Amino acid sequence: MSRHTIKLTVNGEAVEKEVESRLLLVHFVREVLDLTGTHIGCDTTSCGACTVLLDGRAVKSCTVFAAQADGRSVETIEALAADGTLHPLQEGFWEKHGLQCGYCTPGMILSAKHLLEKNPDPTEEEIRWGISGNLCRCTGYNKIVEAIRYAADKQRESTEEVSA
Amino acid sequence: MIPGSFDYHAPTSLDDALALLTEHGGDAKILAGGHSLIPAMRFRLAVPEVLVDIGRIPDLEYIREEDGHLAVGGMTREVALEDSDLVNAKYPLLADTARVIADPLVRNLATVGGNLAHADPANDHPATMLAYGASVVARGPNGSRTIAIDDFFVDLFESALESNEILTEIRIPTPPAHGGGAYLKMERKVGDYAVSAVAVQLVLDGGTVSSARIGLTNVNPVPMRAKNAEAELVGKAATDDVLEAAGRAAAGECDPSGDLRGSAEYKRDVTRILTKRAIRKAVERAKGGN
Ligand SMILES: Cc1cc2nc3c(=O)[nH]c(=O)nc-3n(C[C@H](O)[C@H](O)[C@H](O)COP(=O)(O)OP(=O)(O)OC[C@H]3O[C@@H](n4cnc5c(N)ncnc54)[C@H](O)[C@@H]3O)c2cc1C
Ligand code: FES
Ligand code: FES
Repeated sequence: MSRHTIKLTVNGEAVEKEVESRLLLVHFVREVLDLTGTHIGCDTTSCGACTVLLDGRAVKSCTVFAAQADGRSVETIEALAADGTLHPLQEGFWEKHGLQCGYCTPGMILSAKHLLEKNPDPTEEEIRWGISGNLCRCTGYNKIVEAIRYAADKQRESTEEVSA
Repeated sequence: MIPGSFDYHAPTSLDDALALLTEHGGDAKILAGGHSLIPAMRFRLAVPEVLVDIGRIPDLEYIREEDGHLAVGGMTREVALEDSDLVNAKYPLLADTARVIADPLVRNLATVGGNLAHADPANDHPATMLAYGASVVARGPNGSRTIAIDDFFVDLFESALESNEILTEIRIPTPPAHGGGAYLKMERKVGDYAVSAVAVQLVLDGGTVSSARIGLTNVNPVPMRAKNAEAELVGKAATDDVLEAAGRAAAGECDPSGDLRGSAEYKRDVTRILTKRAIRKAVERAKGGN
């Protein structure tokens, strides 16, 4: 079968669509679901602009078929400020000037989100390691690292408040 | 770029996957992590008519020790090796390797089985598995067989697997006391394939190297063992002279080609240096007990 009906969760909502088996997840997200926050920056699986979370893991959506996401959950940048409030990572990129043109930003933020879930208090080295699959042509990365550090601190403060 | 069209199947058992592979023969390809195959399909370097996604078959992702070896399921993702306490504690050569494959995003999907089955001399696991003297378990329609890693890499992008066999497990012998290993890779940037890389696994007996296996990455058309370098090392103490001789032997026996990553001559010299450094690190680790 070269066409499939896939059922998955995208940003918390159930989605059911018929797709061609060769449709890449990034095209599914951008063109079928109209979620254009996920970018395409290369043809060679190199840049990470297309990063989404697939079952919570940061992956390059240009190198996954939409059919592989059947039954799974996908999270894109659009989910982060869904309730109108900036996510701590978005706030961090705003406060610390973690972006210039912004092309890499959605991918950076999703990689960082996965990183902070695995490691809520990363060192600078660990942050650099965590985003090493995402290329940025503008910032020189320092501001991005600061933005992620900001978000880590903010998230840890708010969990401490909750537990206190 | 958009891949050619194909029929996609996502079987949920090994038997169903094997039946599909047998039915479609050479027209079908296995899809594991997809991070070698999908890039190749996007450039139309691969145009399979049928894809059999083995990602929904249960129980192919695991890392555990049994009967004197580490068993790694064929669909185990690189990130699982990187995060495994067992691998980090007892299999430093494997831990070193997983950490330098591609980038974290790729490692979240790329599988160890796919890395070997692809038989790409630029991939990092082949050299490491050659150094460990690992074996590979292949399941076909008539049951499983075990293939020694020395017999696994047949040609450029060609392994000993039949088109209807699935690599289900990799077995790495547990290093003895005073065993040690290391993987050193020179890359132009994170996420790139190696200019050259060297995997060493050895055993020390007092001050002498009593056995050693060395694998080389991306400096030969087929993943290779540096047997001349091993011969320079075994039975001797790892002195500077012995390391230099082993490094020179490795540089001499590989067959790199010049490309964007450097000239053949440069790659040989990088191989010489990395061989020395990897042996030195493996010896240090062997003294420290892993
Ligand atoms: C940007 C980028 C950088 C990379 N850098 C590196 C690097 O530095 N070092 C490195 O080693 N690799 C690197 N890779 C390759 C990556 O590790 C691949 O994922 C790996 O080579 C293949 O594993 P896979 O699970 O993705 O296999 P797939 O792409 O799904 O399959 C690869 C081939 O193996 C076959 N196959 C897969 N699994 C099995 C199985 N269980 N049994 C039988 N056949 C099977 C498939 O049919 C296919 O022919 C890189 C990839 C990318 C995209
Ligand atoms: S678009 Fe560049 S890695 Fe996906
Ligand atoms: S802000 Fe322009 S690519 Fe990163």
